[in-house]
Amino acid sequence: MSGHSSYNPTNPVAKWLDSRLPIMRFSKEHLMDFPTPKNLNYWWTFGAILAFMLVVQIATGIVLAMSYTPDAALAFDSVENIRRNVNYGRIIQATHAVGASMFFVAVYVHIGRGLYYGSYKEPREVLWILGVLIFVLMMATAFMGYVLPWGQMSFWAATVITNIFSAIPIIGDPLLQLLRGGFAVDNPTLKRFFSLHYLLPFVIAAVVALHIWALHVPGNNNPVGVEVKSSHDTVPFHPYITMKDLLAIVLFLIPFAWFVFFAPDILGHPDNYKPANPLITPAHIVPEWYFLPFYAILRAIDFDMWFISAKLGGVIFFGGSILVLFFVPWLDGSKTRSGTFRPLFKPFYWLFIFNFFLLTYLGAQLAVEPYSTLSKISTAYYFGYFLIILPIVSRIETPNPLPASISESVLGKGGS
Amino acid sequence: MNRMSRFFKSVLLAVGFGISSAMLVVPASSVVIIDAELQDWSFAGIFGRYDKNQLQRGFQVFQQSCAACHGAKQISFRNLSEEGGPSFSESQVKALAAEYIIIDAELEDGERAATPADRWPEPFPTLRDARAANSGAFPPDFSLLAKARGITQRFPAWALNYFTAYQEGGTDYIYNLLVNFTDAPEDYDVPAGQYWNAYYGSTLAMASPLFDGMIDYEGDEFPETTEQYALDVAAFMMWMAEPGLNSRKQMGFQVLIFLFVLAGMMVMVKRKIWSDVKH
Ligand code: HEC
Ligand code: HEM
Repeated sequence: MSGHSSYNPTNPVAKWLDSRLPIMRFSKEHLMDFPTPKNLNYWWTFGAILAFMLVVQIATGIVLAMSYTPDAALAFDSVENIRRNVNYGRIIQATHAVGASMFFVAVYVHIGRGLYYGSYKEPREVLWILGVLIFVLMMATAFMGYVLPWGQMSFWAATVITNIFSAIPIIGDPLLQLLRGGFAVDNPTLKRFFSLHYLLPFVIAAVVALHIWALHVPGNNNPVGVEVKSSHDTVPFHPYITMKDLLAIVLFLIPFAWFVFFAPDILGHPDNYKPANPLITPAHIVPEWYFLPFYAILRAIDFDMWFISAKLGGVIFFGGSILVLFFVPWLDGSKTRSGTFRPLFKPFYWLFIFNFFLLTYLGAQLAVEPYSTLSKISTAYYFGYFLIILPIVSRIETPNPLPASISESVLGKGGS
Repeated sequence: MNRMSRFFKSVLLAVGFGISSAMLVVPASSVVIIDAELQDWSFAGIFGRYDKNQLQRGFQVFQQSCAACHGAKQISFRNLSEEGGPSFSESQVKALAAEYIIIDAELEDGERAATPADRWPEPFPTLRDARAANSGAFPPDFSLLAKARGITQRFPAWALNYFTAYQEGGTDYIYNLLVNFTDAPEDYDVPAGQYWNAYYGSTLAMASPLFDGMIDYEGDEFPETTEQYALDVAAFMMWMAEPGLNSRKQMGFQVLIFLFVLAGMMVMVKRKIWSDVKH
């Protein structure tokens, strides 16, 4: 958005290249000069953290794939062989497994940031939609990755989750067989999951590129939600934002390293240290923690509605809980972006966050009372927040007055 | 500066908020929880390391009792002499391996003595033999068993695990199992070939594999009791499941120190860079 460029190469080789492939100019404009609001807080560093995590997952994943064997008879032992016999194998494997969790921590913070500061609002709708798409792809990737070690939870999570598709009318069963490569989860399932698990991260990388492109057209939103008015409101990306993002990444690495080195299995399930066995169903099949909120929604629908069976209903709500995110830019009609200036919105937002934790918790419980009823209430609030509260609040709320500009809001704070 | 402390305040708030809300009650299940008695493991925590002598005693218990039924197929004899493990000498391991026979149809006699490169031999030739000898149940392989079991805890104990890096649920489980072979409750009908275990809360197809005095420890520093045997064999099983623990934790400590120092320096650089901007 900077209009004129500050890239004026004098070196003849640089000039020659610039008139053929202006990659240096592009980098200068987008990685160094890009004007960024100066009032961004640390919640804005999670995008950089996510980009870093994608690189970590791809790098560790490629190394793992060098020793991993996608075969139902060999997969479990091949992962164990990585842990025991490959140099630094235990660290690389733990980094990849813990990394998936940290990736989701970061993405949930990133999404929560967007929901609070209204980052999805005009003119950033496409940016938001691409983000939701990345989230969906991440879930697919992580789910298929979890199947690869072929432990008990791998196998049974694959069985339970693919089975969801059979609820879809008419195409359900053929779709299920296509996914599994047969009637039951077996060797063909593992092979196609490995292939797709290797592919999807690169698809994610491509969508991330679009995401950042869509970011660089309108520029960043910011904590007060007032658009950039002049160059006084911004700082160049480098060194200001680069330094801040790098610092955030290093800070993020501290809990990451804590888990990798001191508690690599705490985020997993002991049952996944048992080889997959189609004849023994684990007492309690639970997905990875980052799927629990959606799993709770899936299970909350345990009753038939008219002609819709409980199973299909669960699938509809499960899918709907993610689909609804695509429509948030149009559900929230408030012109005020930042939640800071929205007195009525704020309590509902924090209740939504609380409710999301509650759904995570409920997703790990057995489907018995009181959890079943709580899950229904919690699911109702999840959808109510998007479909009823956001539209109504934005209509009836009187937002607090906004500062005239970012610079003014910064002055108002004094001493920072 | 303020911005960062405000950010950390929000993070703390969010974490506290999350923990107190999501973790109001017990995790995972509404089945009856039988509390495990947690033990002090030498390998717990950041500075935790295996105690080589304990692993050697644990191996002795494994070899003289458990190995009759349980395999350890991920373990090679040579692992027993590796650093960070029981660290027997190479000649000890060689002599140990030589006591075992490896079936090898390629050879003239169809068998040979094992070498340190061989895997720990399976106790039963086939799954069917294993089941036949154990009232239909299969004695699970020990290579990963210490990580394939865990204890169920109440709130807040399990939530604190993330901060204490508690990873000893498997060994605590094994210890509690081994010391709780008691008489079944009076009204409980114990089927043939099954044995009551108070920690298991039910019966299983393994009788108490330990009794006081069954294994001779060198010297008399450690009591020859079921409890001590159970501690030692559980520690040994943890080593089998996680042989690289010592070096992993040591490296982790270095990594954390490095990250803290790096972060400290980066905070200073970042502040210097931003010092001319009012933000
Ligand atoms: C006589 C054979 C035998 C011996 C000796 C034996 N076990 Fe077992 N063990 C079994 C069988 C059989 C099972 C499976 C029980 C079942 O599933 O009902 C088992 C199961 C176990 C389990 C898993 C229980 C669970 O949670 O599923 C542990 C732990 C265990 N044994 C530890 C030991 C230890 C430690 C020793 C040596 C001190 C040992 N066993 C010696 C036969 C034996
Ligand atoms: C978005 C990025 C990714 C996510 C979220 C992700 C997630 C996961 C998860 C959760 C597991 C199971 C780990 C375990 O339980 O041990 C896994 C395993 C695996 N992943 Fe990934 N992954 C990603 C990218 C990649 C890439 C790019 C590759 C290869 C190029 C890869 C290769 C593997 C392999 C080989 C395994 C099996 C080894 C193992 O289980 O440790 N992953 N992945």
